[in-house]
Amino acid sequence: MIVREVEVTNKAGLHMRPAAQIVQTAGKYDSQITLEKDCRKANAKSIMDVVAMGIKKGTVITIRAEGDDEKEAVDALVNLIMGNFDEE
Amino acid sequence: MFKGVAASPGIAIGEAYVIQEKEIEISTEKIPEEKIQREIETFRRAISASKEQIDKIRQKTLEEMGEEKAQIFQAHMMILEDPSLVEAVEKKIKEEYITAENALYQVTEEYVNIFMQMEDEYLRERASDIKDVSARVMKNILGIQANTLADMDREVVIVAKDLTPSETAQIDKKKVLAFAADVGGRTSHMAIMARSLEKPAVLGLSKITANVKTGDRIIVDGNEGVVIVNPDEQVYEEYLNLKQKYMEYKEELKRLKEMAGITTDGCRVELSANIGTPEDVCGALQNGAEGIGLYRTEFLYMHRDEVPSEEEQFKAYREVAEKMQGKPVIIRTLDIGGDKKLPYLDMPEELNPFLGWRAIRMCLDRPEILKTQLKAILRASGYGSFKIMYPMVSSVEEIRKANGILEEAKEELRREGVSFDNKLQVGIMVEIPSAAVTADLLAKEVDFFSIGTNDLVQYTLAVDRMNAKLSHMYDPFHPAVLRLIKNVIDSSHDNGKWTGMCGEMAGDPLAAPILVGMGIDELSMSAASIPQVKRIIRSLSLEEAKGIVEKVFKMESSQEIRNYLKDVVGSILKRN
Repeated sequence: MIVREVEVTNKAGLHMRPAAQIVQTAGKYDSQITLEKDCRKANAKSIMDVVAMGIKKGTVITIRAEGDDEKEAVDALVNLIMGNFDEE
Repeated sequence: MFKGVAASPGIAIGEAYVIQEKEIEISTEKIPEEKIQREIETFRRAISASKEQIDKIRQKTLEEMGEEKAQIFQAHMMILEDPSLVEAVEKKIKEEYITAENALYQVTEEYVNIFMQMEDEYLRERASDIKDVSARVMKNILGIQANTLADMDREVVIVAKDLTPSETAQIDKKKVLAFAADVGGRTSHMAIMARSLEKPAVLGLSKITANVKTGDRIIVDGNEGVVIVNPDEQVYEEYLNLKQKYMEYKEELKRLKEMAGITTDGCRVELSANIGTPEDVCGALQNGAEGIGLYRTEFLYMHRDEVPSEEEQFKAYREVAEKMQGKPVIIRTLDIGGDKKLPYLDMPEELNPFLGWRAIRMCLDRPEILKTQLKAILRASGYGSFKIMYPMVSSVEEIRKANGILEEAKEELRREGVSFDNKLQVGIMVEIPSAAVTADLLAKEVDFFSIGTNDLVQYTLAVDRMNAKLSHMYDPFHPAVLRLIKNVIDSSHDNGKWTGMCGEMAGDPLAAPILVGMGIDELSMSAASIPQVKRIIRSLSLEEAKGIVEKVFKMESSQEIRNYLKDVVGSILKRN
């Protein structure tokens, strides 16, 4: 299992479009992936779970992945979030 | 026969397609153990059926209206593919022995509640997307035909209570013969859309949805504002005939396309079209528009979760500039508020939004939004012939403030080394009585005026244009409105400036003679109205028009004025 923390720094936070990008990215991997903040947990492949967390800019979230491609999955998500989702 | 508002001209005869919210009945019965598996399979089948439907709608939207409009359905798709949702529903069916629709209802309700409690208004509104998707799946579970507006397989007349902008986005325009609706007036969203699609529409029919069934034969006469359901043979034949005549008439108007708007004694009136998106340019040119007199930029800001970037706006504006090939384009800066709200701008609930924080008022409080837009317009100005227009101006100070932001935008571009048209004209919409009354003062601050009659009429007469009970009082031919219009035109000319008009009145054939007589320089309207207005202007002399104005200004009521103008225009149209 791999656990990494990452700060959400894009302007809109995990708004609809960024959340959709997370779900699409997570969907490419077989591992079980969750996003966690405080005691709330979201399946990273579930658009409604991810949006429902209501993550705003400046929040640190924990990404947890378990499975054969756990490392690649976490790397991809961290890159996506740190790259501010290619917001213009 | 049903009488309503003639909202878009033309006659259509066809099969009715009634869009009605259907009741979904959720069975709360417990199901026996041996049927659990079957219930889960029903649910899975309903999910795949829903996916197919949405994919179809998404494809069509993509082809017809572009990427941006299709995005909403991508979101719907993601909800259907959401593993947490699917798992939770199946778990509920298995553990609680409840029906698929009941389980789905309970699960989605939880999400809806979470979304409804979110701080962000845009996300709160996404609760309605979840409900939408959930309703579609439930209909598929229960075998109820869903209202899939985009997958109509034959030409139909759309009959509805009302259509929201997002519903209309779904409709396959090629399959629509006409519109008939319970609510709405000449300036409602549906009316504007019907005219831009050149489809007949009769709105404000009150109870049409209750009196028509899908499959009924229906006649929509958008010229007279009449709808007839299941006509007898004689009436049917009569309307086939009328429809034929109307089409011939329209053909003739199309022939006018290549000619200019000019009176018999040589007075030029530029005839332009109103557009909302770059795609509308095509229809404008087809109808012979000499320019764009009103480019509404609001659509760029709608159905999304943040302000469009400078780059994105620049691309849209450049597209319009390039498609118009040097013909003049008046871009109106963001006119949001009133009945059009943007969730991401955190706009307050207002008791009286039409008198509230909207258009230039909001933009001056949020100068970064206006500056981004002005920079995008300036950048695109190099690709065509642009003019900038500020909406909802009521005072000299507002123009000065907005121009201050325009100067900042220019300065920033200069520093960035970006070239733009430095001489582009700047004008204002005159749509508030205070602006019309003080046109002499405002004229010194601007290059041009464009009279927005829709709001000017409702503010001057204190008549809500959406209120069906008052629709007879909402009248651009009211003597007060005509006097304001004349004052605006005269004040601009006294100061060496010019005046156009971009409200609905500009496309009204009855108004053409008096507007020409008052000296209007430009008329901008729905593209489909251009040929007819052009025909009237080309059959009339300025001298004659001035005489008509003189007579009209002695009349006491809009009814008297209308009756007189009907006679005048009737005889003008018989001339050639």
